[in-house]
Amino acid sequence: MKYMLLINSAAGGDDAGQGEAATFEEWLAYDKSVRDSGVYVSGESLADLTTATVVRVAASGERTVTDGPFAETREVLGGFYVIDVPDLDVALDWAARCPGSRGGGSVVVRPVAEFD
Amino acid sequence: MAADERPEPDTEAGPGPEMGEVGPSVEAVFRERGLLLAALVRRFGDLDLAEEVASEAIEAALVHWPAGGVPPKPGAWLMTTARRKAVDRLRRDRTYAARLAVLQVEADRAGPAPSADAGDGDGELPDERLQLFFTCAHPALPAEDRVALTLRCLAGLTTPEVARAFLLPPATMAKRIVRAKNKIRQARIPFRVPAADELPERLPGVLQVIYSIFTEGYAASAGPDLQRLDLAEEAIRLARILRRLLPREREVAGLLGLMLLVHARRAARVGGDGALVLLGDQDRGRWDRTMIEEGRGLVVVALTGGPPGLYGVQAAIAALHDEAADVATTDWPQIVALYDVLLALAPSPVVALNRAVAVAMRDGAEAGLALLDELAGEPRLRGYHPYRTARAGLLERLGRHREAAEAYREALATAGTEPERAHLRRRLHSCESATPG
Repeated sequence: MKYMLLINSAAGGDDAGQGEAATFEEWLAYDKSVRDSGVYVSGESLADLTTATVVRVAASGERTVTDGPFAETREVLGGFYVIDVPDLDVALDWAARCPGSRGGGSVVVRPVAEFD
Repeated sequence: MAADERPEPDTEAGPGPEMGEVGPSVEAVFRERGLLLAALVRRFGDLDLAEEVASEAIEAALVHWPAGGVPPKPGAWLMTTARRKAVDRLRRDRTYAARLAVLQVEADRAGPAPSADAGDGDGELPDERLQLFFTCAHPALPAEDRVALTLRCLAGLTTPEVARAFLLPPATMAKRIVRAKNKIRQARIPFRVPAADELPERLPGVLQVIYSIFTEGYAASAGPDLQRLDLAEEAIRLARILRRLLPREREVAGLLGLMLLVHARRAARVGGDGALVLLGDQDRGRWDRTMIEEGRGLVVVALTGGPPGLYGVQAAIAALHDEAADVATTDWPQIVALYDVLLALAPSPVVALNRAVAVAMRDGAEAGLALLDELAGEPRLRGYHPYRTARAGLLERLGRHREAAEAYREALATAGTEPERAHLRRRLHSCESATPG
């Protein structure tokens, strides 16, 4: 069963998180373990939120493009993994091991919908 | 009945009236529906299917047994019947069958199944209820859903029974149970017993569910009845099952002990007029001695062979109350010491409140009041009427009736059950009449 791990970091940069943010080496080690264990389906790390752009299309078909979103959201999606594991407990274990779940960040675990 | 190892049908709410004429054997099996359900979940890995065919098997029993007699192995009969019905169902519904087949493959991938060694005495059905306990209390489910699901799947209550116990409309409760079952299926919360190294993290969740069922039954949070005995007894029954399944877990013993030691006072806790009777005013002759003895034995188990746990310590405090002839001869220094242990294990303003009350008994009302006033700023105690009630009681003891009356009025503004409110009104009147002018 596929689960997406949505990795949220505390917004606001340097002073926002409690405790130590994960090091680059910890991320590398985690990424390697996800791939080596065979549960890896896909995953990406997202560029900074300041580079994001929002598109909305009105009922009339008119397209609105805005810079953002720089919402008041306390957590910002920084990346994701999709993993294929037997059940939620295994997915939760992978989420808990993810460096993004520490230092004020969180990982949201969502099953990928199956249509069959 | 208290010390009896097996749950007795006559102490329970009982199944529907249609069960009455069939005899105690069917009734006993019905009460152990959780056992059948757990075995079916283990077999098919699907709670919905298991519930459906468990119900159908019990219905079949209700038709066949009164006419043809109860089979020699009723549990095995029910299991065979349910399995047959499941196979029929899967033949009719290929999509469902395909999905279950995938589930089974995934489950095998997850590792070998835990062996079903804990039998239920008659050995007809392997006892698979432990994994159901952990699934129903899974932290990924909302807390109220865990309670509802545990009562439904393990206590064997029907949805309307669960709804009535929580004073909720049956439709609301049905929705809650469906929501929980959907999450179990769609997010694939597994049916498995956590490994030994996961237990310290997962067991407290199961114990919490059982204890919240108990406290809900012991002091209904709202409504006319002070105690809802059915829920308290369901909680005790569930803890007995869990204790059989996890005999080495001392906190399970602690929880069962705590509940027995508190429940032993049930008859003395409500007066003839339905009003709350405080511990100090209770007729201790009406306390259930057998239950107290069993509880005390469990306290010893809970506090032996390792560091104390939350439930073990609370059970020890309850035991000290139960052992005392009256309030004056209660071992308050020991109770204060146990509250210190509890505060160190899990700091909480509610525990601090209870400790302050014990200190008032040990060192005098003045000392207790000083501790209570230190807690005045705690947000968690703001709308918590036991805090106001305790403070009012100490003020009254010190003869500060005007302040006591005010504190009783504040307590009345937040108190839940009618008997509690009646008690507070009586104290308030007494303080008001003692206040000149």
